[in-house]
Amino acid sequence: MTTRHVPLGERMQARGISRRSFMKFCATTASLLALPPALAPKIAQALEAQHRPSVIWLSFQECTGCAESFLRSNTPSVESLIFDTISLDYQHTLMAASGHAAEEAREEAMKANWGKYIVVVDGSIPTGDMGYSTTAGESNIDTLKHVAEGAAAIVCLGTCSAYGGIPLADPNPTGAVSVQDVITDKPIINVPGCPPIPAVMTSVLVQFIAFGALPELDHLNRPKVFYGQNIHDRCYRRPFYERGQFAESFDDEGAREGWCLYKLGCKGPTTYNACAVLKWNEGTSFPIEAGHGCLGCSEPNFWDKGSFYAPLATATHLDTTELAVGALAGAAVGLGAGYAGRAVQKRNKQGPFEAQPGVQPTAQPDPAEKEKS
Amino acid sequence: MSLLDFARGPALQWAGIIFVLGMVWRTLGIFMLMRSSPLSANRDNHLFEHGVRTVWSRFVPAPVFEKKVSFQYVAGWIWHLGFLVVLLFYKVHVMFFEGLLGFGWPALPNSIVLAIAGVTLGVLLWLLGRRIFNPVLRYISTFNDYSSVIITTLPILTGLLTFTHFGIAYETLLAIHMLSIALLLVWFPFSKLFHVITLLPSRYVLGVKFWRRGVQA
Repeated sequence: MTTRHVPLGERMQARGISRRSFMKFCATTASLLALPPALAPKIAQALEAQHRPSVIWLSFQECTGCAESFLRSNTPSVESLIFDTISLDYQHTLMAASGHAAEEAREEAMKANWGKYIVVVDGSIPTGDMGYSTTAGESNIDTLKHVAEGAAAIVCLGTCSAYGGIPLADPNPTGAVSVQDVITDKPIINVPGCPPIPAVMTSVLVQFIAFGALPELDHLNRPKVFYGQNIHDRCYRRPFYERGQFAESFDDEGAREGWCLYKLGCKGPTTYNACAVLKWNEGTSFPIEAGHGCLGCSEPNFWDKGSFYAPLATATHLDTTELAVGALAGAAVGLGAGYAGRAVQKRNKQGPFEAQPGVQPTAQPDPAEKEKS
Repeated sequence: MSLLDFARGPALQWAGIIFVLGMVWRTLGIFMLMRSSPLSANRDNHLFEHGVRTVWSRFVPAPVFEKKVSFQYVAGWIWHLGFLVVLLFYKVHVMFFEGLLGFGWPALPNSIVLAIAGVTLGVLLWLLGRRIFNPVLRYISTFNDYSSVIITTLPILTGLLTFTHFGIAYETLLAIHMLSIALLLVWFPFSKLFHVITLLPSRYVLGVKFWRRGVQA
């Protein structure tokens, strides 16, 4: 895994990828990034001329699902090609080297590309006991700080690195945090999802390689072009929501008819991702199309937002027991207030009349004086 | 914690508790107060029946005032019924109650509820405008009148915006809608909105008092 300075165009030709396929990929990428079609040739030109940018992939507290989603496509695609054309200088799961040799490869890549390499992170970073997750005796947080120092940008692949993900879920036993909780002085692009969509990742890399700039990001550092709209707005089941046709269970008539899954807890209305458009497995399907509601996996703290199967319209904390306690407390206060009120009424009835505070007795005019006037 | 998490969680939780606590507190407190005992003989022997009759007769305007108050009555009926229908028969609201109570009931089609909500909102805004611009109404209106109308209108307005995904992000609209409901729940027991409890009993008491003195109210 050393950096070879062979332009992409030459490598594609060597691999038998036609110019037509490559241009198609560039046009698709331009479309995904919402760039004008005229920029497709510029993307191609930039990629062809580009030397392999060095990428250091750090895996922390993760399940390797993000890497699997990205790499395990069952047929080689142009997307996998673009991945093949970066210089992946360090990745635990994929690299042939191991032990000290692997760590040395990382150090060499960092020195050779200082200030220019891209860091990809999957997994959250434990801040509790440093022994929770280490690589070659080094804690994750130390590795991240060390590697991020010379990075041009950091791409957080998956919800764990972007927001802490499942490791951060209550009670967060490892004290997990996201990359942006640790690194604050580098450009960070979050590509959340559990796992994220492969095309999103490749497009972000292509834009960075082709234009040397990060895509436009939203308030959560996600590329707006992919995370600008919620899943609900682009879901093919949306018309059923508008008509109030909801599946009541996963195997009823409504579910078979493809009705809206809102009532079964779908989080599509509050989840921002391109799942409904790009889908997985080369555009085959996505969770809602497979019959299950969206879990909201690309949103922060998605694991701790109540049941996956509770509709968004329901309250997460309120229950009848609490209301009953409130009613009992109200009864106690009401009885107290009632008895106090009765006592005041009794006292007023028994005692002599007393003017209310602030009420001045009005002087009655003398009838004799009135007659005179 | 996002705004929606707060609205769905602690905001509705505490608002619900305050609502129930306040309603029970004020209801018991009022009903425990002593009633003045009559100092003269009753002129009517069927006070209970006549009290109940007064409760129902006040649902329509008295013939003598018909021309002057009919609009108020009709508008009031429309928005009260509209509010109830939207609250109880919109599918998503039924889901809310189902989540809370453990059981639900059939809902109306969204298109019908949407139309009813639109009319309800229009009537409420019209009544609010009338209260502001009519000199007599403005003169007799207090903070409690304005605030109660506005706080009742907000859930309908924000609900419509949420349903139509109008303007800002859905989750923000949904959170604002839930917060407006939380505000309504907190305000309800301690404002004029409490008339939901006192309206019918007070009509009954008034009817009994009138009939006892021979006034056919």
